Amino acid sequence: MHAHPDHDHPHPPDDDDALTYYQAMEVAVRELLIEKGVFTADEVRRQVEDMDSRTPARGAKVVAHAWADPTYKARLLADGNSALEEIGLDRGPYKLVVVENTPAVSDQAPVHNVIVCTLCSCYPRWLLGLPPDWYKSRAYRSRMVREPRAVLREFGLELPEEVVLRVHDSTADMRYLVLPGRPSGTGGWSEERLAAMVTRDCMIGVAVPTCVTQDASPRGT
Amino acid sequence: MKRPRIDPMAQRFQPGDSVRVRRADPPGHVRTPWYIRGHTGVVERVCGLYPNPEELAYARPGLPAQPLYRVRFLQRQVWPGYSGGARDTVDIEIYQHWLDSA
Repeated sequence: MHAHPDHDHPHPPDDDDALTYYQAMEVAVRELLIEKGVFTADEVRRQVEDMDSRTPARGAKVVAHAWADPTYKARLLADGNSALEEIGLDRGPYKLVVVENTPAVSDQAPVHNVIVCTLCSCYPRWLLGLPPDWYKSRAYRSRMVREPRAVLREFGLELPEEVVLRVHDSTADMRYLVLPGRPSGTGGWSEERLAAMVTRDCMIGVAVPTCVTQDASPRGT
Repeated sequence: MKRPRIDPMAQRFQPGDSVRVRRADPPGHVRTPWYIRGHTGVVERVCGLYPNPEELAYARPGLPAQPLYRVRFLQRQVWPGYSGGARDTVDIEIYQHWLDSA
Protein backbone atom coordinates (compact mmCIF):
# COMPACT_ATOMS: atom_id res chain seq x y z
CA MET A 1 0.00 0.00 0.00
CA HIS A 2 1.19 3.53 -0.71
CA ALA A 3 -0.10 7.07 -0.61
CA HIS A 4 -1.03 9.18 -3.61
CA PRO A 5 -1.42 12.91 -3.35
CA ASP A 6 -5.04 12.67 -4.56
CA HIS A 7 -6.20 9.24 -3.42
CA ASP A 8 -5.35 6.47 -0.99
CA HIS A 9 -6.25 2.87 -1.59
CA PRO A 10 -4.64 -0.56 -1.60
CA HIS A 11 -3.15 -1.82 -4.87
CA PRO A 12 -2.85 -5.49 -5.77
CA PRO A 13 0.77 -6.58 -6.11
CA ASP A 14 2.22 -6.30 -9.61
CA ASP A 15 1.96 -9.49 -11.62
CA ASP A 16 5.55 -9.45 -12.84
CA ASP A 17 7.17 -12.36 -11.04
CA ALA A 18 10.08 -14.20 -12.60
CA LEU A 19 9.37 -15.98 -15.90
CA THR A 20 8.50 -19.65 -15.75
CA TYR A 21 10.74 -22.14 -17.52
CA TYR A 22 8.54 -22.25 -20.62
CA GLN A 23 7.99 -18.49 -20.72
CA ALA A 24 11.73 -17.97 -20.68
CA MET A 25 12.15 -20.58 -23.41
CA GLU A 26 9.50 -18.88 -25.57
CA VAL A 27 11.20 -15.50 -25.24
CA ALA A 28 14.62 -17.00 -25.99
CA VAL A 29 13.46 -18.94 -29.07
CA ARG A 30 11.43 -16.00 -30.38
CA GLU A 31 14.36 -13.59 -30.02
CA LEU A 32 16.71 -16.03 -31.73
CA LEU A 33 14.33 -16.56 -34.66
CA ILE A 34 13.93 -12.81 -35.07
CA GLU A 35 17.71 -12.34 -34.89
CA LYS A 36 18.21 -15.00 -37.56
CA GLY A 37 15.67 -13.26 -39.79
CA VAL A 38 13.15 -16.14 -39.84
CA PHE A 39 10.41 -13.64 -39.02
CA THR A 40 10.15 -10.12 -37.68
CA ALA A 41 8.85 -8.87 -34.35
CA ASP A 42 6.04 -7.14 -36.21
CA GLU A 43 4.98 -10.43 -37.81
CA VAL A 44 4.81 -12.05 -34.37
CA ARG A 45 2.76 -9.15 -33.05
CA ARG A 46 0.41 -9.32 -36.04
CA GLN A 47 -0.07 -13.05 -35.54
CA VAL A 48 -0.94 -12.55 -31.86
CA GLU A 49 -3.30 -9.73 -32.80
CA ASP A 50 -4.96 -11.97 -35.37
CA MET A 51 -5.32 -14.78 -32.83
CA ASP A 52 -6.88 -12.41 -30.32
CA SER A 53 -9.35 -11.15 -32.92
CA ARG A 54 -10.97 -14.56 -33.27
CA THR A 55 -14.02 -14.68 -31.07
CA PRO A 56 -17.09 -16.88 -30.59
CA ALA A 57 -19.00 -14.33 -32.70
CA ARG A 58 -17.75 -16.22 -35.76
CA GLY A 59 -19.29 -19.46 -34.56
CA ALA A 60 -22.48 -17.66 -33.58
CA LYS A 61 -22.79 -16.32 -37.13
CA VAL A 62 -22.57 -19.89 -38.44
CA VAL A 63 -25.21 -21.14 -36.00
CA ALA A 64 -27.61 -18.28 -36.71
CA HIS A 65 -27.29 -18.82 -40.46
CA ALA A 66 -27.94 -22.54 -40.04
CA TRP A 67 -31.08 -21.74 -38.02
CA ALA A 68 -32.30 -19.32 -40.66
CA ASP A 69 -31.58 -21.53 -43.68
CA PRO A 70 -32.27 -25.29 -43.40
CA THR A 71 -30.43 -26.04 -46.65
CA TYR A 72 -27.33 -24.31 -45.23
CA LYS A 73 -27.72 -26.37 -42.06
CA ALA A 74 -27.70 -29.56 -44.13
CA ARG A 75 -24.51 -28.46 -45.90
CA LEU A 76 -22.93 -27.46 -42.56
CA LEU A 77 -23.60 -30.88 -41.05
CA ALA A 78 -22.28 -32.62 -44.18
CA ASP A 79 -19.10 -30.55 -44.63
CA GLY A 80 -18.37 -27.99 -41.92
CA ASN A 81 -15.30 -26.44 -43.52
CA SER A 82 -16.94 -25.72 -46.88
CA ALA A 83 -19.95 -24.27 -45.08
CA LEU A 84 -17.65 -21.84 -43.24
CA GLU A 85 -16.15 -20.69 -46.52
CA GLU A 86 -19.58 -20.27 -48.00
CA ILE A 87 -20.33 -17.43 -45.57
CA GLY A 88 -16.91 -15.83 -45.87
CA LEU A 89 -15.13 -17.45 -42.91
CA ASP A 90 -11.75 -19.15 -42.89
CA ARG A 91 -12.22 -22.87 -43.57
CA GLY A 92 -9.56 -23.52 -40.92
CA PRO A 93 -6.64 -25.92 -40.54
CA TYR A 94 -8.69 -28.85 -39.19
CA LYS A 95 -11.71 -30.77 -40.34
CA LEU A 96 -14.78 -29.32 -38.65
CA VAL A 97 -17.43 -31.73 -37.40
CA VAL A 98 -20.70 -30.02 -36.50
CA VAL A 99 -22.92 -31.96 -34.09
CA GLU A 100 -26.54 -30.94 -33.79
CA ASN A 101 -28.69 -30.86 -30.67
CA THR A 102 -32.03 -32.24 -31.78
CA PRO A 103 -35.48 -32.22 -30.16
CA ALA A 104 -37.65 -35.29 -29.66
CA VAL A 105 -39.22 -36.29 -32.99
CA SER A 106 -41.75 -39.18 -33.03
CA ASP A 107 -39.67 -42.20 -31.95
CA GLN A 108 -36.35 -40.28 -31.84
CA ALA A 109 -35.10 -39.25 -28.42
CA PRO A 110 -33.78 -35.71 -28.03
CA VAL A 111 -29.99 -35.42 -28.28
CA HIS A 112 -27.61 -33.05 -26.52
CA ASN A 113 -23.93 -32.80 -27.48
CA VAL A 114 -20.94 -31.59 -25.49
CA ILE A 115 -17.28 -31.28 -26.43
CA VAL A 116 -14.18 -32.13 -24.41
CA CYS A 117 -10.56 -32.90 -25.20
CA THR A 118 -9.45 -35.35 -22.53
CA LEU A 119 -5.86 -35.48 -23.79
CA CYS A 120 -5.09 -31.76 -24.02
CA SER A 121 -7.16 -28.77 -25.16
CA CYS A 122 -8.14 -29.32 -28.82
CA TYR A 123 -10.65 -26.62 -29.75
CA PRO A 124 -11.76 -24.92 -33.00
CA ARG A 125 -9.68 -21.82 -32.25
CA TRP A 126 -9.92 -20.36 -35.75
CA LEU A 127 -13.68 -20.32 -35.30
CA LEU A 128 -14.24 -19.63 -31.57
CA GLY A 129 -10.98 -18.04 -30.44
CA LEU A 130 -9.05 -19.29 -27.44
CA PRO A 131 -10.75 -21.89 -25.24
CA PRO A 132 -11.87 -20.86 -21.74
CA ASP A 133 -9.49 -21.78 -18.93
CA TRP A 134 -11.88 -24.35 -17.47
CA TYR A 135 -11.90 -26.22 -20.81
CA LYS A 136 -8.19 -26.90 -20.30
CA SER A 137 -8.51 -27.86 -16.63
CA ARG A 138 -7.86 -31.42 -15.55
CA ALA A 139 -11.17 -31.46 -13.68
CA TYR A 140 -13.25 -30.66 -16.79
CA ARG A 141 -11.23 -32.95 -19.04
CA SER A 142 -11.51 -35.96 -16.78
CA ARG A 143 -14.98 -35.45 -15.33
CA MET A 144 -16.78 -34.53 -18.58
CA VAL A 145 -16.35 -38.07 -19.87
CA ARG A 146 -16.78 -39.84 -16.52
CA GLU A 147 -19.78 -37.96 -15.10
CA PRO A 148 -20.93 -35.48 -17.76
CA ARG A 149 -24.40 -34.93 -16.33
CA ALA A 150 -22.98 -33.91 -12.97
CA VAL A 151 -20.60 -31.47 -14.67
CA LEU A 152 -23.41 -29.99 -16.79
CA ARG A 153 -25.48 -29.57 -13.62
CA GLU A 154 -22.62 -27.54 -12.13
CA PHE A 155 -22.78 -25.34 -15.25
CA GLY A 156 -26.49 -24.90 -14.55
CA LEU A 157 -27.73 -27.26 -17.25
CA GLU A 158 -30.02 -30.00 -15.98
CA LEU A 159 -30.66 -32.60 -18.69
CA PRO A 160 -33.77 -34.76 -18.37
CA GLU A 161 -33.04 -38.50 -18.24
CA GLU A 162 -34.70 -39.08 -21.65
CA VAL A 163 -32.22 -36.81 -23.41
CA VAL A 164 -29.43 -38.79 -25.04
CA LEU A 165 -26.16 -37.15 -24.04
CA ARG A 166 -23.32 -37.48 -26.51
CA VAL A 167 -19.88 -36.50 -25.24
CA HIS A 168 -17.39 -35.95 -28.06
CA ASP A 169 -13.78 -36.49 -27.06
CA SER A 170 -11.72 -34.40 -29.47
CA THR A 171 -8.68 -36.66 -29.51
CA ALA A 172 -7.16 -36.30 -32.95
CA ASP A 173 -7.65 -34.44 -36.24
CA MET A 174 -11.28 -33.30 -35.99
CA ARG A 175 -12.52 -30.14 -34.30
CA TYR A 176 -16.08 -29.80 -33.08
CA LEU A 177 -18.86 -27.25 -33.00
CA VAL A 178 -22.17 -27.88 -31.26
CA LEU A 179 -25.14 -26.63 -33.25
CA PRO A 180 -27.67 -25.83 -30.51
CA GLY A 181 -31.40 -26.04 -31.03
CA ARG A 182 -33.13 -22.80 -31.98
CA PRO A 183 -35.16 -21.53 -29.04
CA SER A 184 -38.87 -21.25 -29.57
CA GLY A 185 -40.32 -17.77 -29.78
CA THR A 186 -37.63 -16.56 -32.16
CA GLY A 187 -39.60 -16.78 -35.40
CA GLY A 188 -38.90 -13.91 -37.74
CA TRP A 189 -35.78 -12.79 -35.86
CA SER A 190 -32.89 -11.43 -37.90
CA GLU A 191 -29.70 -13.47 -38.05
CA GLU A 192 -27.92 -10.77 -36.04
CA ARG A 193 -30.47 -11.04 -33.26
CA LEU A 194 -30.31 -14.84 -33.34
CA ALA A 195 -26.52 -14.80 -33.24
CA ALA A 196 -26.55 -12.64 -30.10
CA MET A 197 -28.12 -15.57 -28.19
CA VAL A 198 -25.42 -18.03 -29.25
CA THR A 199 -22.63 -17.87 -26.70
CA ARG A 200 -19.32 -19.72 -26.60
CA ASP A 201 -20.63 -22.14 -23.97
CA CYS A 202 -23.61 -23.06 -26.17
CA MET A 203 -21.20 -24.07 -28.93
CA ILE A 204 -19.14 -26.20 -26.51
CA GLY A 205 -22.37 -27.71 -25.22
CA VAL A 206 -22.26 -26.75 -21.53
CA ALA A 207 -25.21 -24.38 -22.02
CA VAL A 208 -28.16 -23.88 -24.34
CA PRO A 209 -29.29 -20.60 -25.87
CA THR A 210 -32.21 -18.99 -24.14
CA CYS A 211 -34.71 -16.57 -25.53
CA VAL A 212 -35.23 -13.79 -23.03
CA THR A 213 -38.81 -12.83 -23.80
CA GLN A 214 -39.09 -10.33 -20.93
CA ASP A 215 -36.84 -8.03 -22.95
CA ALA A 216 -39.40 -6.55 -25.28
CA SER A 217 -37.19 -3.72 -26.44
CA PRO A 218 -36.33 -4.04 -30.13
CA ARG A 219 -32.74 -5.05 -30.74
CA GLY A 220 -31.04 -4.74 -34.08
CA THR A 221 -33.01 -4.92 -37.30
CA MET B 1 -1.07 -65.95 -32.90
CA LYS B 2 0.43 -63.87 -35.69
CA ARG B 3 -1.66 -61.00 -36.87
CA PRO B 4 -2.34 -61.21 -40.58
CA ARG B 5 -0.43 -58.69 -42.67
CA ILE B 6 -2.68 -55.84 -43.64
CA ASP B 7 -2.24 -52.82 -45.83
CA PRO B 8 -2.20 -49.97 -43.30
CA MET B 9 -3.67 -47.57 -45.84
CA ALA B 10 -6.68 -49.69 -46.75
CA GLN B 11 -9.82 -48.72 -44.91
CA ARG B 12 -10.94 -51.81 -43.04
CA PHE B 13 -14.12 -50.59 -41.35
CA GLN B 14 -17.40 -49.04 -42.38
CA PRO B 15 -19.94 -47.01 -40.40
CA GLY B 16 -21.94 -49.43 -38.24
CA ASP B 17 -19.08 -51.93 -37.83
CA SER B 18 -18.38 -53.17 -34.33
CA VAL B 19 -14.75 -52.54 -33.32
CA ARG B 20 -12.61 -53.14 -30.25
CA VAL B 21 -9.86 -50.75 -29.19
CA ARG B 22 -6.54 -52.49 -28.68
CA ARG B 23 -5.45 -52.83 -25.09
CA ALA B 24 -1.86 -51.72 -25.48
CA ASP B 25 0.50 -49.39 -23.69
CA PRO B 26 3.16 -48.25 -26.14
CA PRO B 27 5.42 -45.39 -25.11
CA GLY B 28 5.32 -42.06 -26.91
CA HIS B 29 2.71 -39.63 -28.19
CA VAL B 30 -0.46 -41.74 -28.30
CA ARG B 31 -3.82 -40.16 -29.13
CA THR B 32 -5.94 -43.11 -27.98
CA PRO B 33 -7.24 -42.23 -24.50
CA TRP B 34 -6.34 -44.73 -21.80
CA TYR B 35 -9.92 -45.03 -20.57
CA ILE B 36 -11.19 -46.45 -23.87
CA ARG B 37 -8.56 -49.13 -24.47
CA GLY B 38 -10.07 -52.61 -24.52
CA HIS B 39 -13.62 -51.29 -25.06
CA THR B 40 -15.96 -52.14 -27.91
CA GLY B 41 -17.88 -49.55 -29.89
CA VAL B 42 -19.46 -48.91 -33.26
CA VAL B 43 -17.94 -46.90 -36.12
CA GLU B 44 -19.95 -43.66 -36.37
CA ARG B 45 -18.15 -42.30 -39.42
CA VAL B 46 -14.95 -42.53 -41.42
CA CYS B 47 -13.04 -39.25 -41.06
CA GLY B 48 -10.47 -39.79 -43.82
CA LEU B 49 -6.75 -40.49 -44.00
CA TYR B 50 -4.40 -38.73 -41.57
CA PRO B 51 -0.66 -38.99 -40.92
CA ASN B 52 -0.01 -41.06 -37.81
CA PRO B 53 0.44 -38.62 -34.88
CA GLU B 54 2.58 -41.17 -33.05
CA GLU B 55 5.17 -40.61 -35.81
CA LEU B 56 4.53 -36.90 -36.41
CA ALA B 57 5.35 -36.18 -32.77
CA TYR B 58 8.93 -37.29 -33.44
CA ALA B 59 9.32 -35.25 -36.63
CA ARG B 60 8.78 -38.26 -38.87
CA PRO B 61 6.36 -38.02 -41.80
CA GLY B 62 3.69 -40.30 -40.29
CA LEU B 63 3.14 -42.00 -43.62
CA PRO B 64 1.37 -43.95 -44.92
CA ALA B 65 -1.57 -41.99 -43.61
CA GLN B 66 -3.94 -43.97 -41.42
CA PRO B 67 -7.70 -44.16 -41.76
CA LEU B 68 -9.24 -42.28 -38.83
CA TYR B 69 -12.66 -43.20 -37.46
CA ARG B 70 -15.13 -41.73 -35.03
CA VAL B 71 -16.19 -44.60 -32.79
CA ARG B 72 -19.26 -44.42 -30.55
CA PHE B 73 -19.23 -46.16 -27.17
CA LEU B 74 -22.06 -46.63 -24.69
CA GLN B 75 -21.16 -44.79 -21.49
CA ARG B 76 -22.61 -47.53 -19.29
CA GLN B 77 -20.20 -50.01 -20.86
CA VAL B 78 -17.23 -47.70 -20.44
CA TRP B 79 -17.79 -46.57 -16.85
CA PRO B 80 -18.98 -49.01 -14.19
CA GLY B 81 -21.75 -47.31 -12.23
CA TYR B 82 -22.35 -44.61 -14.88
CA SER B 83 -25.27 -42.64 -13.54
CA GLY B 84 -26.65 -41.05 -16.73
CA GLY B 85 -29.06 -42.34 -19.36
CA ALA B 86 -28.72 -45.86 -20.80
CA ARG B 87 -28.26 -44.45 -24.31
CA ASP B 88 -25.63 -41.84 -23.42
CA THR B 89 -22.48 -42.17 -25.52
CA VAL B 90 -18.92 -41.00 -25.79
CA ASP B 91 -17.64 -40.57 -29.36
CA ILE B 92 -13.89 -40.74 -29.88
CA GLU B 93 -11.54 -40.39 -32.85
CA ILE B 94 -9.39 -43.48 -33.17
CA TYR B 95 -6.80 -44.38 -35.81
CA GLN B 96 -7.21 -47.69 -37.59
CA HIS B 97 -4.08 -49.32 -36.18
CA TRP B 98 -5.74 -49.17 -32.74
CA LEU B 99 -8.85 -51.04 -33.87
CA ASP B 100 -9.75 -54.70 -34.36
CA SER B 101 -13.02 -56.20 -35.56
CA ALA B 102 -15.30 -57.14 -32.68
